[in-house]
Amino acid sequence: MAELVAVIASTHHPFYYKASTAVGEDRPPFADEWVRKIEAFRETLTRARPDVLVMVGSDHFHQLWLDNMPQFLIGKAPFYDANFYNEEREFGLPRMLMTGHEELSSHLLREGIDAGFDLAFSNELRLDHSITCPIITLRPQNDLPVVPVYTNIFAPPLPRPGRFVQLGRTIRELVEAWPSDQRVAVIGTGHLSLELGGPRQFGPTGPDPEFDRRAVEWIADGDIEGCLAEVTLDSLHLPGNATHGFMDFMLMMGVAGEGRKADYVDTVDLFHTMEAYFTWYPNGEQP
Amino acid sequence: MSKYLLNKFLFTVDRDPDLVERYREDPGALVAEWEATYANRILGAHTGESSTWLRLEAEEREALTSHDYPRLFELGAHPFLTLTLFIAMFERDYAEPLGFQLEYARRVGHVAMPYPDIGT
Repeated sequence: MAELVAVIASTHHPFYYKASTAVGEDRPPFADEWVRKIEAFRETLTRARPDVLVMVGSDHFHQLWLDNMPQFLIGKAPFYDANFYNEEREFGLPRMLMTGHEELSSHLLREGIDAGFDLAFSNELRLDHSITCPIITLRPQNDLPVVPVYTNIFAPPLPRPGRFVQLGRTIRELVEAWPSDQRVAVIGTGHLSLELGGPRQFGPTGPDPEFDRRAVEWIADGDIEGCLAEVTLDSLHLPGNATHGFMDFMLMMGVAGEGRKADYVDTVDLFHTMEAYFTWYPNGEQP
Repeated sequence: MSKYLLNKFLFTVDRDPDLVERYREDPGALVAEWEATYANRILGAHTGESSTWLRLEAEEREALTSHDYPRLFELGAHPFLTLTLFIAMFERDYAEPLGFQLEYARRVGHVAMPYPDIGT
């Protein structure tokens, strides 16, 4: 059977690429420390020597639209073009081409549907920065095949937080039941507290540092029960109007497992958001 | 209320560089043209298959035509779509980094929690 060699949860800050490649006067003062932290985080994936990456993210109204909005969707294609004109325009992100892994996509779709998730699929999917940001930070050589998993954290009505955790648990079971000798890493990105298009956007910190502190604790401790007891679709409006992206972290807690403490935890306080980085090694050992 | 159609305007204009510039320069003309030719297109369908019933409410049309993004927030347009498109149009007019984004935050600062419902 396939081996799940790393579970990684991260924020996806679309400005990392621009900040980390800027030079001279354009380089922001926080860039060097940010790059150091990202490079240390990247090492946690490199050490696990994955062959294929399952990438959990959320399309930000790029390809998926309100006339036909899936709640959970898995890509099944040999290739994925990535990043869109408006991400190039606003964030300076490069156009990318990623390789798919159709066999693992098929496995997750077939078995996921049979496990009770009516998953949507796409045979022609252009990925956005929720998936390219972690490739840029964690695997910039972009040399591994991916299976994209998109969740709806963006366009109400949304699935509830518990459903994200269940899907994470199911993805873990399905990866570990995949008849293959491949080494699989599951990487998912979301947000802590975040406000976009509202009064609290682009402040000196994230909109709710207290929520961020508790969220980091829940994730680092694998405290799914504690997190689910407090987090609802309604409560997620309070720390910031885009905080529903935290549910992708909850999905990743489901992949990592109840009570499973993260093996690597780091955070960066930036203007606008707190960035947070977590890695679990499911077989219990640091590679 | 046609929040869906407001969002469709923001979504379709934002993804087209030509429409972004025309909306910046002459919003009245662009909104009228968009409503006449674009509002009923089914984006994922083949050319020629369209809807017949979509139109903006008067206050929505007015908010779009006057670039009134605080009003769009109040009307429940999706904040990510509004923010992204208005950054594309107006960030360039501000010398300081984040100058436009911070003014944006100030101009919607009167809206108290809970924010307007963005469900469609």
